[in-house]
Amino acid sequence: MAVVPNTIFSPETAARFDKLASIYPVKRSALIPMLLYAQDEVGYVSDEVVAELAKRLDLLELDVRGVLSYYSMLRTKPAGKYNVQVCTNISCMLRGGFELLDHCKKTLGIGHKGVTPDGLFSLEEVECIGACCWAPAVQVNYDFHDDLTPAKMDAVLADYAAGRGKDVK
Amino acid sequence: MPDVNFIVDGQKLTAPAGTLLIDACKSAGIEIPAFCYYPGLSLQAACRMCVVRIEKAPKLATACTTTVAEGMNVTTESPEIAQARKATLQLLLGNHPLDCPVCDAGGECELQDMTFKYGAADSFYTEPKNHREEQKWSPVVYFDRPRCILCYRCVRMCGEGMDVFALGIQNRGSSSVIAPNVPSQLASLLNAGADQAQLDCEQCGMCIDACPVGALTSGTYRYKTRPWEMNHVATVCTHCGDGCKTTLGVRSVSDGSEIVRGDNRDKSGMNGDFLCNKGRYAFDFTNNIERLTSPLVRQADGKLKPVSWDEALKFTGKKLRELRDTRGPQSIGVIGSNRTTNEENYLLQKFARTVLGTNNIDHHRTADFVTLANALQGTTGRFASQRNVENAQALLVIGGDPTNQAPLTAWNLRTNVRLNKARLYIANHEEIKLRRQAKDFIQVQQFGYGSLASYLAGNNAAAEGASIVAQADQLSNFRTAIQAEEKLIVLIGNEVRGGELANLIKALPNARFALMADYVNSRGASDMGLLPDALPGYQPLSGSALANEYTAPTAPGLDLLAMFDAATRGDLSALYVVGSNPIKRFGIDPFALKDTFFIVQDLFLTETAQIADVVFPAANLYEKAGSVTNSYGDLQLVSKAADKAGTRSDFELIVRLADHMGHDIKTLVPFGKGLRADMGQSRGAQSGEADRHAVWLMANNMEPKLSPFDPFAILDEIQRVVPGYDKLLRLQLLSGNDQHIAPASTGLVQIENRKDLVLPSSDTLFTSGSLTRYSPMLQDVQRHQETEVADHLAAD
Repeated sequence: MAVVPNTIFSPETAARFDKLASIYPVKRSALIPMLLYAQDEVGYVSDEVVAELAKRLDLLELDVRGVLSYYSMLRTKPAGKYNVQVCTNISCMLRGGFELLDHCKKTLGIGHKGVTPDGLFSLEEVECIGACCWAPAVQVNYDFHDDLTPAKMDAVLADYAAGRGKDVK
Repeated sequence: MPDVNFIVDGQKLTAPAGTLLIDACKSAGIEIPAFCYYPGLSLQAACRMCVVRIEKAPKLATACTTTVAEGMNVTTESPEIAQARKATLQLLLGNHPLDCPVCDAGGECELQDMTFKYGAADSFYTEPKNHREEQKWSPVVYFDRPRCILCYRCVRMCGEGMDVFALGIQNRGSSSVIAPNVPSQLASLLNAGADQAQLDCEQCGMCIDACPVGALTSGTYRYKTRPWEMNHVATVCTHCGDGCKTTLGVRSVSDGSEIVRGDNRDKSGMNGDFLCNKGRYAFDFTNNIERLTSPLVRQADGKLKPVSWDEALKFTGKKLRELRDTRGPQSIGVIGSNRTTNEENYLLQKFARTVLGTNNIDHHRTADFVTLANALQGTTGRFASQRNVENAQALLVIGGDPTNQAPLTAWNLRTNVRLNKARLYIANHEEIKLRRQAKDFIQVQQFGYGSLASYLAGNNAAAEGASIVAQADQLSNFRTAIQAEEKLIVLIGNEVRGGELANLIKALPNARFALMADYVNSRGASDMGLLPDALPGYQPLSGSALANEYTAPTAPGLDLLAMFDAATRGDLSALYVVGSNPIKRFGIDPFALKDTFFIVQDLFLTETAQIADVVFPAANLYEKAGSVTNSYGDLQLVSKAADKAGTRSDFELIVRLADHMGHDIKTLVPFGKGLRADMGQSRGAQSGEADRHAVWLMANNMEPKLSPFDPFAILDEIQRVVPGYDKLLRLQLLSGNDQHIAPASTGLVQIENRKDLVLPSSDTLFTSGSLTRYSPMLQDVQRHQETEVADHLAAD
């Protein structure tokens, strides 16, 4: 296994990648978890990430880009500090998911996949996030906020804007 | 594999077990439509066009992924199947722009044909089509994204076929798109202003050939004409020595007929599917505005001036005759070409030996064919054909870099390894790209091929000289593996020649050999005796039947370099150069020729032509008929495709020159013995017709020899006097098939203390000797390659 010199990742992530590349029968199977971890660390999948992952897994950058572009949860541009993901799948839709989305669009002044000018928030319309029991639900980074109304949503956004939200990627 | 019996559309068929149903049906003449299936490439099953009904199977099955089985009962056409295919077409057309009236593929498009057949003219979709702008990936590859039907043929062709992997697929569902390997954001960093995706590849254009629709189009052909407006002539590519067939699309223009397209869709040659960058696009030198179209004669003021043919020929013929008679035949030299036909080469050496009366004839040698013929004397069946590279079980490549210098050889090697699991061994001083297909690779010392030959012969002491990179057991394993191969094909690059080559051949007593030379007729030039010390077929200058017939001098003449030495001394009264650029290639000082009457026949005013006293504008290989022999010795027919007013074939020029010297033409070209008929000459530009007419004549046992300019009259003589070529089959040749020619096994010339006169031209995928700078496409592609991120053409 080629340990990559001058890695762009933190020592922990690099060590994690070294292990990931060694545990699958076929090395390239590690690509999707690696892309996700890399995105969490870097914030998005940059050209440098693509280059290093290709090197780590003996793939062509073209292969990495092919996989990367297939999955909508992988992004190639930076998101906001808080990535607001509004579910509009059926349960959420029936309980006001679209109203919530429209409300977020209006309050944040951005559309789907947009980022606010201060870089604080980004907005995404997503498919089911597995919180149907408490629909409508929104995921901000890795935190869930459920049973929302536009008023509750305002409070959630205000918390984050004031720096009271959990700052996990 | 045992045969199995099955039924297709009520017809009882038999095929080996494991055959794909689609192939088995094709062999029986039953066509099953398919977009994604492509013979020789991996299976994709992406298009669902080849669905058939197999009895007892619950639903329609894809014929491209189903293997035949005993008792299988298949229906390939039924209302149910037609409906399924129609639905598939409707889905494909859902996003298709339907711009057939302007599309390059219109008229030869598989999607168009299928839509016509299954009638999916109306669509149930009301959504707007998903339009994307067209992209220019390189000077020769354009991608019109909405036309793409995502069959993945191009992706597989590039990856599996070419081993380049420059194409991939991005996004998902209806937004999926074929993407090249240099994304726009990287390309723009590198090449300010380029906001489009770029291709970093060998620019072979195989993706364009494989594309069933007009999504991938050729930079040199796009939007120029329609397929039915061209005549299509299958001839041999003029560039490297592999002997690929290229089908040229030609159409009339005011000064003859021009070539607008090169491809290989008729797959008639031994290159099968394959054609490289040069074969596909580098015909454009023929249309270059710098083409010479009038004879030039140097005037008293020292300038070259266009004159009439009559004046130029009379002047040259008279002067050449004077010089021969006053200063002697031995004061005249002749240099031939690697790109002229066998007939022209034969005629040129016959002109030198019988009209001028000298053995001072040579050409730019790019491989040591003389040693090959000598070393294999007394054996039979030891010369390898290009066909062997396709299907041999074991191959050894010593020296050379087929990927860059002989692309068809590389394609055949890759295909053979991929499809037939052939064992490929490589010994090279560079880490050439083909080592990725090799079972074993040895990195030889730069000048270590002699030691390698000695090591392979059993001399263990030579190991160190052969390779210092390889471990001891690595070398011995390599030798053991090679010696264990009972039938080995050995391809030798032009680094290996002379004594080293002879020793290598001696070391492998059961193998078949081929040398890789650089140009279309390098082998032919050698076989036809453009050599100062051998007659055609490598016969000695004295004692052979041909020597008696010629009554030429029996002492060897001056070789190419010696001619220029003689000129420097003032001993060369005249030099006649046909289609060659020795001044540039050998770095000759132009002042060496200041006292020499210098005649040049060429397409362009090259470094050599610039200093000539007389320049004749010549036709190129695409503008004449005849035959050529590739580096392996495979003989093929050259058909006339294009025509350029003002130029004449080298054949005609040699004959006319002999005529103006007062020579009896009948003794030079044995014409006028056969049938007299209109062979198409009077039909103007498309004399490609003459060849078809000739096929008919030959089939009826009539001989088409009519004029002193008929190359086939000389082919008769070649067949009569050149050992090896005596076995050629006319009908085979005229039908456009290749046949393997090997020099005679006895009676060859023995040359002692020969100078090494081989000068490899080191052409790459994007150069072709002196033609490079006259091909705008090659220039564009070179610029493109320079701005790329990585270099796939380097080691990998």
